[in-house]
Amino acid sequence: MSIKIALAGNPNCGKTTLFNALTGSNQFVGNWPGVTVEKKEGKLKGNKDVIIMDLPGIYSLSPYTLEEVVARNYLINERPDAILNIVDGTNIERNLYLSTQLMELGIPVIMAVNMIDVLEKTGEKIHIDKLSKKLGCEVVEISALKGTGIKEAANKVVDIAKRKNLAVPVHEFAQGVEEVIAQVESKLGSDVLEETKRFFAIKLLEKDEKIESLLTLVPNVEEEINRLENEFDDDTESIITNERYVYISSIIDQCVTKNKSKKLTTSDKIDQIVTNRWLALPIFAAVMFIVYYVSVSTVGTWATDWANEGLFGDGWNLFGIESIFVPGVPAIIEGFLTAIGTADWLNSLILDGIVAGVGAVLGFVPQMLVLFIFLAFLEACGYMARVAFIMDRIFRKFGLSGKSFIPMLIGSGCGVPGIMASRTIENDRDRKMTIMTTTFIPCGAKLPIIALIAGALFGGAWWVAPSAYFVGIAAIICSGIILKKTKMFAGDPAPFVMELPAYHMPTVGNILRSMWERGSSFIKKAGTIILLSTIVVWFSMSFGFVDGQFRMLDTLELDHSILAAVGGAIAWIFTPLGWGDWKFSVAAVTGLVAKENVVGTFGVLFGFAEVAEDGVEIWGTLAQSLTPIAAYSFLIFNLLCAPCFAAMGAIKREMNNVKWFWFAVGYQTLLAYIVSLCVFQIGSLISTGAFGIGTVVAFLIIIGFVYLLLKPDKQIKAQNVEIKKVANAK
Amino acid sequence: MKTLKEISCGQTVRVKKLTGEGPVKRRIMDMGITKGVEVYVRKVAPLGDPVEVTVRGYELSLRKADAEMIEVE
Repeated sequence: MSIKIALAGNPNCGKTTLFNALTGSNQFVGNWPGVTVEKKEGKLKGNKDVIIMDLPGIYSLSPYTLEEVVARNYLINERPDAILNIVDGTNIERNLYLSTQLMELGIPVIMAVNMIDVLEKTGEKIHIDKLSKKLGCEVVEISALKGTGIKEAANKVVDIAKRKNLAVPVHEFAQGVEEVIAQVESKLGSDVLEETKRFFAIKLLEKDEKIESLLTLVPNVEEEINRLENEFDDDTESIITNERYVYISSIIDQCVTKNKSKKLTTSDKIDQIVTNRWLALPIFAAVMFIVYYVSVSTVGTWATDWANEGLFGDGWNLFGIESIFVPGVPAIIEGFLTAIGTADWLNSLILDGIVAGVGAVLGFVPQMLVLFIFLAFLEACGYMARVAFIMDRIFRKFGLSGKSFIPMLIGSGCGVPGIMASRTIENDRDRKMTIMTTTFIPCGAKLPIIALIAGALFGGAWWVAPSAYFVGIAAIICSGIILKKTKMFAGDPAPFVMELPAYHMPTVGNILRSMWERGSSFIKKAGTIILLSTIVVWFSMSFGFVDGQFRMLDTLELDHSILAAVGGAIAWIFTPLGWGDWKFSVAAVTGLVAKENVVGTFGVLFGFAEVAEDGVEIWGTLAQSLTPIAAYSFLIFNLLCAPCFAAMGAIKREMNNVKWFWFAVGYQTLLAYIVSLCVFQIGSLISTGAFGIGTVVAFLIIIGFVYLLLKPDKQIKAQNVEIKKVANAK
Repeated sequence: MKTLKEISCGQTVRVKKLTGEGPVKRRIMDMGITKGVEVYVRKVAPLGDPVEVTVRGYELSLRKADAEMIEVE
């Protein structure tokens, strides 16, 4: 029979490092059902019967954050055979707070005090024998980083799980509190296990609504709550929290010999410079510049170009040596297909559909891996928390996190890694808001569209490109302000009470592992949607009716394609936006495959097989078929609407929820539509005096928009929808 | 009555009481800011908010709006 061990501890206590050390490569990474909280499971090295569940890092078993609810539900409902509680020895007071709660669950517990190597250096000493006596569980000293004590911890936890040696809490609260807890315990129904009675009694006293659903019989404890609240002049939840810390404070001096000298640690010295009042912003700008420069401008672009134009293009030179030419994957496959003499449509399906689709998925991966190395490093070394600290003031006004800066910065290069970078934001709502708004920033692939419109209709005016960025930033700010008032984002305000962990040097292994986990999750979860949609668009572009006959089309016959028919059918939707010609609808649809395709599609539709990146050949034709205002409306629509399939795949991956995915894409497209509509209608009114029903609608939209912007933010007291869903799942 | 919000950098204060209720209060207390604990105000973020404090031997950042819930002496 297999043994299940839960690994529980605070964030930043070295839990991931310990988990990696315990399981090696036997890991499975997924998500807890329905939420974006990562779920990691692994098998103990050398003992395949032991399954280790890495719970999310938590500070408490309160019902208020997604991570805590997920961890708590797992511990209560699944009842693992034992808990390995990892505790940061350099920050033991706060870490023990969670331990006192874990001890009450009636599950065997082993405590592993981590970072023992750091403690030795600073001259601190933890007396594990005393700690063990005061908490009621066995304690081992480990260093997850150096690998010391890990075997012993693993053996002990497996051993205690086999012996089923349930934890019995020895910590005690003030007498008045203990009496009330005992009273509530006696009121609990017989279905509550003896060893979990204290846990449930305390949760009932804390008025924890999510616990009530786990009990068949919910006793009325109002009288006890009143008694406590009168006696201690506080709410019960705070009384209990307070009592835990009072107990910890009372034992800490016996359990830890602190280093009395007030010498600054290296981490303190780094922090003095890095978050210094004057230096913080320049340092932040420099760090961001390096991240952007390497992962987007230089190494990232080389990697993407190699993947897109080399590996999935014509071919590439090995190590840049000209004599060693390696043909690209399409060339190799094409050669193979020609050799065996397959039909044209099959060749096209394989090359333009499947290979191009796979290329679209994998083409982003090298750049993403470069970025993920940076993100993993910034997170692991402790700087990411400082990013939130430095930028919080600006971003929180728009319902975003200080950490949203990074996804948006990366998003100006490419939205796909930008969205993937939102993973570093812990708060669920902040993260969702970031995912929804990141692609409003014009990415690299949208630049050709900007160049096309600016060149063809505005004589290359200098202001077109900056205005695109301005519109993007305005879209983010307005969306943040409006969306945070909507039902989807309503709920308890997320407190920004964040630990700033000590700086430390992460290990290469952990960084590479984190990079690979994120990269592979993109390939697996986002890959399918990208591949499928690329094939669908390929099919609708390559086939159509010519003279009543359904067949495959030549490149220049695009106007006979299924896509053109669809474009013709939906073109009326865009008439109020000023570009009701079917060609523009078709271009917008091909833009979903990759935004730069918009330019190429125009080329084909206007009779050019090949056009330059900015489409200079078609400037004249385009200028004849569009007014400048309609062209600008078209530009705005393409900038703001649903991003390319790759970015949509990333959104789906990061939302991990179909409803949220459609909400995000739908919102983006709707916003793009109304903004373009207003631009065209009001613009036409100003330039030509044209007034019609569209103008009225535009004004109504603007009034509604301003109302939504200025509407006071009602603090809806309803619990966070998602947390509730998870809590009620059982 | 003084709150943590009004304390300038470099000062150490003792928490007297926590006002408010619900998730924010619980979170602040979960992080170790409870009655009687010493809090050292370490620095203010470059843009003026949030603040960084040292409590129970580690660094914590909280917004001034939340710091207002913490009465100190």
